[in-house]
Amino acid sequence: MTDLSSMSQAKSISVAKTPAGRESFFNRRLPIIMALPAIALVVVIIVIPMIYSFYLSLTNLNLLRPAQTQFVGFDNYMRLFRDSVFWRSFFNTVIFMGVAVNVQFVLGLFMAQLMFRVNRGQGIVRTAIMAPMMFAPVLVGFQFKWFFHDQVGLVNNILYEITGRYQVIPWLVDYPSNLISILIAEIWMSTPFMVIVFMAGLVSLPSEPFEAAAVDGASGWQQFRFITFPLMSPFIYIAMVIRSLDLGRAYDLVRIMTGGGPAHRSEMIWTYTFRLAITNNRFGLGTAMSFITVAVSFVFVIYLFKQLAKSRQEVY
Amino acid sequence: MYSANIRRVSRRERKIKRELLNILVYVLVIIFFLPVVWIVLTSMRPEVEVNARPPVWIPSRLVWDSFTTLFQPGHVAGSVPFYSYLRNSLFISLFSTALALTVGTLAGYSFSRFRFAASGQSFIGMMMARSIPGISVSLPLFLLFARAGLIDRIGGMVLVYTAMNIPFTTWLMQGFFKDIPVTLDEAAQIDGCSRWQAFVRINLPLTLPGLAASGIFAFLTSWNEFQIASVITRTPNSKTFPVGLYDFTQQFTMDWRGMCAMSVVMLVPAVVFVLITQKQLIRGLTFGAFK
Repeated sequence: MTDLSSMSQAKSISVAKTPAGRESFFNRRLPIIMALPAIALVVVIIVIPMIYSFYLSLTNLNLLRPAQTQFVGFDNYMRLFRDSVFWRSFFNTVIFMGVAVNVQFVLGLFMAQLMFRVNRGQGIVRTAIMAPMMFAPVLVGFQFKWFFHDQVGLVNNILYEITGRYQVIPWLVDYPSNLISILIAEIWMSTPFMVIVFMAGLVSLPSEPFEAAAVDGASGWQQFRFITFPLMSPFIYIAMVIRSLDLGRAYDLVRIMTGGGPAHRSEMIWTYTFRLAITNNRFGLGTAMSFITVAVSFVFVIYLFKQLAKSRQEVY
Repeated sequence: MYSANIRRVSRRERKIKRELLNILVYVLVIIFFLPVVWIVLTSMRPEVEVNARPPVWIPSRLVWDSFTTLFQPGHVAGSVPFYSYLRNSLFISLFSTALALTVGTLAGYSFSRFRFAASGQSFIGMMMARSIPGISVSLPLFLLFARAGLIDRIGGMVLVYTAMNIPFTTWLMQGFFKDIPVTLDEAAQIDGCSRWQAFVRINLPLTLPGLAASGIFAFLTSWNEFQIASVITRTPNSKTFPVGLYDFTQQFTMDWRGMCAMSVVMLVPAVVFVLITQKQLIRGLTFGAFK
């Protein structure tokens, strides 16, 4: 339709310019010319600074005493591995992300299955569930900091309405309750994204396998386990891949809700990076820490990309 | 007669089940939506109700003064220079989105159509670059930008956000281009189109929905970004909304209502854009599953 008309237009203009079979230098080199600006910008703004950052992580640079900077090899990394706060932030992060991603995944799949079957107002429901996707992580953090506030928080207010007694529960101060509060914020923020991707996946599933299964007398669970789940696996991994690109987003929540404290109780690898490099001015140590966050992200991304490739091969 | 009766009962039963399912979904969605309502309500309720004890749930009346305070020209609401944040955020987000979209579309087309030396590796490399946490990128940029005079400058922020958005834009766009059959390109070239003309005349018009989706993703990423901005913006010269909101929450006297009003303002562009491009957004998110 439109493409056909634009094609014939293109023909009349270009025939005169380039003889068939012999293209200009620009057009011969087009693939690389087109990709180059993107690659160059990413290299200049991200890759080269990260290489510089790696060099910094091998020094003892302190922003307050830049003149005394010395090359110290892998001392910073060794120091981190002996640091109990580092290990606490590491395990907090592993537990936090492990729980968050799994809950988001299960809840997302569950809600997508339910929403897929809604026969009235599905459009409105789908739009409403997208609301958290529009929130800046900082905004989510602020909102939940306020909900869990000990004096004016929504949660304590609701407890008051239920029990009739006013209790000041410091959700964000005590240990596991502060991590759980941040976890709830994270789940609220990221589950809708999973729901949306899974719903799109469910819509695209072919109906024949389900009809065949129904004829063979498969139960609802069996249909889910042996048909829905395998066919959905590319969607599951695409959701995970996109999610894993933004693992560090949890930093915004932690920073605004608790700042990693009190006394490192809700510290994550990302907040600890900021604390070492910016708050404490120990830039060498901070950059070393930052490479541990990079390593954690890479492990997730590489694993999930491999799974994605595998799941595509299996299904198609 | 008897069998017809049974069928009617089971049909009614199924109907009830359907309704129960509907209600369950509505409840779940309302739980997810309620915080939004709460923020909007709080920004519009009278000041005294915010910290009231016992809590006031339904506002007695709606007032707009939290917004008028924010929008008063020259007014600094609780030491928050609202206008600077608005200006910086809009400028940085729009510019970096436009740049990332241009550069990312070109690269996306290239990766979707051609194989050249190290094309696969560069593509994967870009995705890896995207997964580096913002806080890690911000540290070396902090030093390098200070040396280059780019710290606390809008231009520096535009550069960073452009680079940050390129990988994902490229990824999305190459997916959209792969949806267009290569035979169209070939037909165009047989008819005398150059490669560049085939791209501009044939492919680009067909990916307008993809451009819309990628644009929204890039815009939202820039609009909502906090980690890098919190390190390399220092003053209202270049501070963005998220950094401003963070500063707002760190004050001693908590102006919850003012913060809610600011949050609502921050949400408006995101909500408008997402509502308009909902369909393309969902497609953009899921195309990768098919490829």
